[in-house]
Amino acid sequence: MHSYNLTHLKQLESEAIFIMREIASQFERPVLLFSGGKDSIIMVRLAQKAFWPAKIPFPLMHIDTEHNFPETIAFRDKMVDEVGARLIVRSVQDSINQGRVAEERGANASRNNLQTTTLLDALEEHQFDAAFGGARRDEEKARAKERFLSHRDEFGQWDPKNQRPELWNLLNGKKLPGEHFRVFPISNWTEMDVWQYIALENLEIPSIYFSHSRKVLDRNGILLAKCDFVSPLENESYTDRVVRFRTVGDMTCTGAVESNAGTLEAIIQEVASALVTERGARADDKRSEAAMEDRKKEGYF
Amino acid sequence: MSDNHISSEKYLNMDLMRFTTAGSVDDGKSTLIGRLLYDSKAIFQDQMEAIEKTSEKMGDGYVNLALLTDGLRAEREQGITIDVAYRYFATPKRKFIIADTPGHIQYTRNMVTGASTANLAIVLVDARHGVVEQTNRHAFIASLLQIKHLVLCVNKMDLVDYTQEAFNKIVDDFETFSHKLDIPDIHYIPISALKGDNVVTKSEKMPWYDGSTLLYVLENVHIASDMNYVDCRFPVQRVIRPQSDEHHDFRGYAGRIEGGVFKPGDEIMALPSGFTTTIESIRTMDQELAEAFPPMSVVMTLNDEIDISRGDMIVRTNNQPHVNQDIDLMVCWLNDKPLNLRGKYTLKHTTQDLRCIVKDIRYKVNINTLHRIEDDLQLGLNDIGRISIRTTKPLFYDNYRRNRTTGSVILVDEFTNETVGAGMILT
Ligand SMILES: Nc1nc2c(ncn2[C@@H]2O[C@H](COP(=O)(O)OP(=O)(O)OP(=O)(O)O)[C@@H](O)[C@H]2O)c(=O)[nH]1
Ligand SMILES: [Mg+2]
Repeated sequence: MHSYNLTHLKQLESEAIFIMREIASQFERPVLLFSGGKDSIIMVRLAQKAFWPAKIPFPLMHIDTEHNFPETIAFRDKMVDEVGARLIVRSVQDSINQGRVAEERGANASRNNLQTTTLLDALEEHQFDAAFGGARRDEEKARAKERFLSHRDEFGQWDPKNQRPELWNLLNGKKLPGEHFRVFPISNWTEMDVWQYIALENLEIPSIYFSHSRKVLDRNGILLAKCDFVSPLENESYTDRVVRFRTVGDMTCTGAVESNAGTLEAIIQEVASALVTERGARADDKRSEAAMEDRKKEGYF
Repeated sequence: MSDNHISSEKYLNMDLMRFTTAGSVDDGKSTLIGRLLYDSKAIFQDQMEAIEKTSEKMGDGYVNLALLTDGLRAEREQGITIDVAYRYFATPKRKFIIADTPGHIQYTRNMVTGASTANLAIVLVDARHGVVEQTNRHAFIASLLQIKHLVLCVNKMDLVDYTQEAFNKIVDDFETFSHKLDIPDIHYIPISALKGDNVVTKSEKMPWYDGSTLLYVLENVHIASDMNYVDCRFPVQRVIRPQSDEHHDFRGYAGRIEGGVFKPGDEIMALPSGFTTTIESIRTMDQELAEAFPPMSVVMTLNDEIDISRGDMIVRTNNQPHVNQDIDLMVCWLNDKPLNLRGKYTLKHTTQDLRCIVKDIRYKVNINTLHRIEDDLQLGLNDIGRISIRTTKPLFYDNYRRNRTTGSVILVDEFTNETVGAGMILT
């Protein structure tokens, strides 16, 4: 008898597909939250695999801060087109214009927190009852506490001290009207798994993940790209550096890393010897020790 | 965390091991996981700096490695674990998923959550206090959940001068208890999670111990045979009907193989209908497969159009599961509201959703002696007992000992929708 062994990456893939199929069957109106970053690109590929040869049976939704890298948005539109999915875009700018939220002020202002309101409004508007996210437990210590299927009350809040037990692979998606779930099929993937999978599947990703030359300023050790949404402080100035981005968030808070990695193989090498976490260059996580936990409690991704 | 310094070729060929921590509150579970990650170089600089800062702020006087997994504000403030934290690391041999679970009895349900999918459980005991009720409870839960490998780590050896007597006493005590359990593979290791003895590197302070380190055991335990490759079970998650021009007549059944090995041409039976046919093809988006085995997610097409929908199960005609409405379970109760005799619950089993009524509470288990309690039949939070239920429709199931997926159920409260019970099917 030969050995029946699935490699760890194939096991993770199968687990994610299993979860997507469960959710699509248990819920009436799921949606896949799509940012154009590497994790959501993988989510789309997994959704294609889960329902093949049928189309993905739910729309994608992007909560657009309008502070994105233009490369990400161009990539998003191209990808959605190729996959043949339906994309819903809801904009934080609209929420600001409608007075639902107020723009932060100051040098380190970011629209990161504002996204929560836009997201919750959009979920309500479309009556979505399950929202897939590409968050991974290895990203951040509060994320390490998440279930695959994470309950949100009628205010969209997460209660980390009172999560539902999640046994074996029996996902309990029962809820009261007005409540919804967040679903994290790639919870168990690490940054390395993601990169290896991108290479294995030959997935296209936005160009900003690869090394390029760009004007950046150094703010408290975080290299911010030159753009319309960041104004240099008095003692700050732009320099040309050869950089890439390890995560894709807003231009106002996503730091670049200096890197020559121009191919997937080189990125994998770099990730393998990285000394800081991928979110180590995210100013939004550095605000306080429990920044992510606090945002998540309010209904953040 | 960082899966450092492993070549891509190796990385793509690793197998996966899931393990969980268990043991009483403060026995050092989180510290041990921190130590394991730290000594195997799976901690990043910014994570280390963050916990150094927090340790200093809290006046710990040393770097508290437990902070690597205790990620919630409340956990850090109280110095205890409340909910499971998942952590990841890899060595050139294996990829690991760690579930660090709480020891506090109040949070037993979170321990069960972390343990339900584990291949191996590390049970910690404080060398000063020895085996306590929580040690037994967790070891018993690990056994009930059919975790086949257990490592008993006698921790805080630094506080008992690394003496062999302290270690031997605890090993003896635990053996007395564990021979009543159903765990085939048990290891014993004296460690100090705080100082790092016998975690990743062999301790020089305990020359009397000639066994292996914890990491060595984790890397080398044989887990491939933990899966069932004999009884073919394919619970249908979803019927795939694209109705596009390209796949006009396509009708496939999506699901995950939960037991056995399926091949095209195999004669199969669909439950509950009992209709039989043969497998036409087994596919994924990437390829047509010559065989499919657990835990692969696939799409199956059949040679005859028979009525199959979500919740049904495809099995081999010559190897069928039990089909029954009256079922006996061992149940771990997970809710403050006790189990209600004659009460109705929603029941989830594989991809089926149905209802059940609790007909009988047969006995409750005394966690320390494993004796049956038959005069107090109230099953409250964290209690474990045997119950009989009747379901609204037949279940297709195996004994939990034979198959962890087709043998497990959860009970859900019909009003709060909370998951209140974890059930392992006996008959
Ligand atoms: N001296 C000594 N202290 C230790 C050792 N391991 C853990 N501790 C200390 O024991 C205390 C509790 O450790 P934790 O790791 O938080 O315990 P735990 O088992 O995770 O606790 P819960 O998750 O709340 O059940 C902390 O103060 C640790 O520093 C050890 O090997 N030696
Ligand atoms: Mg702990």
